Amino acid sequence: MTVRHRLETFSEPIIEWVIRLCGISSIIFVFGIFFFVFREGSGFLFQGFDLVEFFTSSEWYPTSVSHKRYGVLALIAGTVSVTVLAMVIAVPFGLGAAIFVSEFCSPKIKETFKIVIELLAAIPSVVWGFIGLTIMNELIIDLFHAPIGLTVLNGGVILALMSVPIIVSIGEDALKAVPDTYREASEALGATRWQVIYRVLLPAAKNGLLAAVLLGVARAIGETMAVLMATGHAVQIPGSVLDSVRTLTATIAAELGEAPVHSDHYRVLFLIGVLLFSITFVVNLTADLIVKGIRQK
Amino acid sequence: MHQQPETNNLDQPHANQNLFTETPFVGKKRRTEFMAKGVFFLMTVLMVVPLVLIVFYLFYKAFPILSIDFLFTNPTHGMRAGGIWAALLGTMYLVLISLLVSAPIGVLAAVYLNEYARDNWFTRIINLAVVNLAGVPSIVHALFGVGAFVLFARMGRSILAASLTLAIMTLPVIIAATKEALNAVPMAFREACWNVGASRWQTIRLIVLPNSISGILTGIILQVSRAAGETAPIMFTGAVFFKAISEGDVFAYGLFDQCMALSMHLFTISTQVPGVPEALPYGTAVVLLGSVLLVNMLAIVIRAFLRSRKKW
Amino acid sequence: MVVGMEKPKKKIEISDLRVIYGRKEALKGITLDIFENEIFAIIGPAQSGKTTLLKVLNRTTDFVPGTQVKGTVKIDGENIKEVKNVYELRRKIGMVFPLPVGLPLSIYDNVAFAPRAAGIRNPGELNELVERCLRQAALWDEVKDRLDSLGTRLSGGQQQRLTIARALSHQPEILCLDEFSIAVDPVTTMRIEDVLKELRSQVTIILVTNLVQQARRLGDRTAFILDGELIEIDSNEVIFSNSPGNRMTYDYVMGNFG
Repeated sequence: MTVRHRLETFSEPIIEWVIRLCGISSIIFVFGIFFFVFREGSGFLFQGFDLVEFFTSSEWYPTSVSHKRYGVLALIAGTVSVTVLAMVIAVPFGLGAAIFVSEFCSPKIKETFKIVIELLAAIPSVVWGFIGLTIMNELIIDLFHAPIGLTVLNGGVILALMSVPIIVSIGEDALKAVPDTYREASEALGATRWQVIYRVLLPAAKNGLLAAVLLGVARAIGETMAVLMATGHAVQIPGSVLDSVRTLTATIAAELGEAPVHSDHYRVLFLIGVLLFSITFVVNLTADLIVKGIRQK
Repeated sequence: MHQQPETNNLDQPHANQNLFTETPFVGKKRRTEFMAKGVFFLMTVLMVVPLVLIVFYLFYKAFPILSIDFLFTNPTHGMRAGGIWAALLGTMYLVLISLLVSAPIGVLAAVYLNEYARDNWFTRIINLAVVNLAGVPSIVHALFGVGAFVLFARMGRSILAASLTLAIMTLPVIIAATKEALNAVPMAFREACWNVGASRWQTIRLIVLPNSISGILTGIILQVSRAAGETAPIMFTGAVFFKAISEGDVFAYGLFDQCMALSMHLFTISTQVPGVPEALPYGTAVVLLGSVLLVNMLAIVIRAFLRSRKKW
Repeated sequence: MVVGMEKPKKKIEISDLRVIYGRKEALKGITLDIFENEIFAIIGPAQSGKTTLLKVLNRTTDFVPGTQVKGTVKIDGENIKEVKNVYELRRKIGMVFPLPVGLPLSIYDNVAFAPRAAGIRNPGELNELVERCLRQAALWDEVKDRLDSLGTRLSGGQQQRLTIARALSHQPEILCLDEFSIAVDPVTTMRIEDVLKELRSQVTIILVTNLVQQARRLGDRTAFILDGELIEIDSNEVIFSNSPGNRMTYDYVMGNFG
């Protein structure tokens, strides 16, 4: 047998090293993101920055000339209110659709529905924001006779529509992972489909379903453009779903352009970024641990 | 003589009952079943219907302004008139450059994860990192882009900085799609190659990768659609409110220029510019949404087509 | 036994081979020699470690993480753990496994795959090689008109012969077959057995089989491996006689267990 071309044998270890490097690239990037965001914000951390005030005060006046205050409580309330509302809508509908697709659907309809979900997931967030700004806005003003339509309700509904695809697809995976033997055994005992779902499948798939919900939550918390355009610009703790709010993400997007580079305001915005990163990191980690928990069974 | 067989009294002590008559109990079960099915069906439909209605409404409102001219002329009069050429071109630049960066890295990363990595804690951390990268909020990607590319690497606000930010953001999409495609290639093929003296990389290059093309293509298409639609990551790293470029010139932008982008443009004219005629932002939204949906449909079609041509 | 030949050369020398997969010990100290140009049969029930033995030979155990291989295996006097080019080693050995595997390439490319990977590019050389191997595998006549069609579309028996052609394509000195007839019809099995008888003059053949009768038909010598241990190894006349060295051999051959 002839020897392989010299160039090939020589280049192969190099190629494999490049592949290894690309393999660990995600780790490098995740660390990189945390590092650079923290770096830009850290200057402020060590200059008389009151962490307690940061988290507990709802007074956010970064541009005030006389008395700058950096309390993010109202912003957190904004994020929480919109996310909670979104989940209240998206979780039942999303899980319901997941159950329908997984248990009741004929294959043809299933294919079509999955395509629709994929398309729903592909809609850019700025388009969702635009929909909130125009269609939802008018709808809310008409339906509720509200003075403005850019509210928690607006953002919540839009976020719900954005989060549903994740909940449906991961939820459906979780249900699919339950072995058919569970279904067959229950039906052999005379249970109806609904009883099978309610008593057997949902408990069996609860880890995966929980993970699906968590990932939907992470999506909602992290969403920027849609809430920026749909929830209004009031930095306040909302009293009702018809109040305007500002989320953490929207605040960064709205104010970063005007904050002078390396000013206090600028650094605080980066710190909010660190906060957001940490929250979504923890939620994703939890979801992953829950899912791995099933695998070990 | 002929004896009448006794009927089986399973539940109710009625005369003439047998296994096949529907008792009230069974009837109730059936009705609950039917209702449950109906409720879930309704829930599903309730999600689909708004989507369809929204899309139609957008088209309806955008109709007056949609034309070829709209795509190829620049915005005029402080963006209250004209077309979207500069933004369209900018988006194409951003998408292309981010693809050129993320595709090789993403595909090779998936190759590592599926073909080389062992099943240990380190691999698990890598997988965790991929999932987390996918879950980072888009505005945090923007902050990263500013900190790392605009400032630290001194690229300034530029197409390059914005594209790199987009590339890192969309990397998980390519990794996930490629991994799935690689995984679908049966292990038996790899073993057959190893047994005749082919190296790991040769096997990957000659058998595994060529048979994963459909999945990789799908990943690339999904990446393109996401990169085209994102706003926050490019808002502070290179996309800009307005930039004058010549119409019809595909080379109008340079790597270190700032650019307009479709997603950013939609945001701008719907929130930052007063007095814009209604059809304009709707038109921009329709072009953006339409392109994204078209690209995704393309991915779905390619997937179905290549699945029908399976080689094993 | 042929009289008047010089003493047969040892092709493979295995000395106290132990293989551990994770916690399970698959081979517990095997020592045997295989001579050049013989058909060496290995019999034994499932999960005895026969397949592991083959995988050690061409070092595909390297691809299974967590495998420990202890002891010495020498091919042509060279310790396989110390070869400079493990790919050359694998090309010296042809492998055929129970399930036929047609690569998703044309029939031509299936057989040309190994030579190309080894660096042969000349189309004339490749053409000749492909035809020779397909003829040797008794497949040429059936596929010579459709060398471009997909290898995966052949029938099971044809794919197994294609696998043999592929195994021959890198001109091995040793040919290992692991229960090749499991997924293959009896007619094809017979044809392949004829092929093996012809090939014996060129290569050393190791035939792992569950079919005791097949070992009897084809082998010169047979080894009986049970539960990772070598129970007995001898010429076929002894193993399949009424009084082989070990009582268990007799029981297995007679079908009293297994």
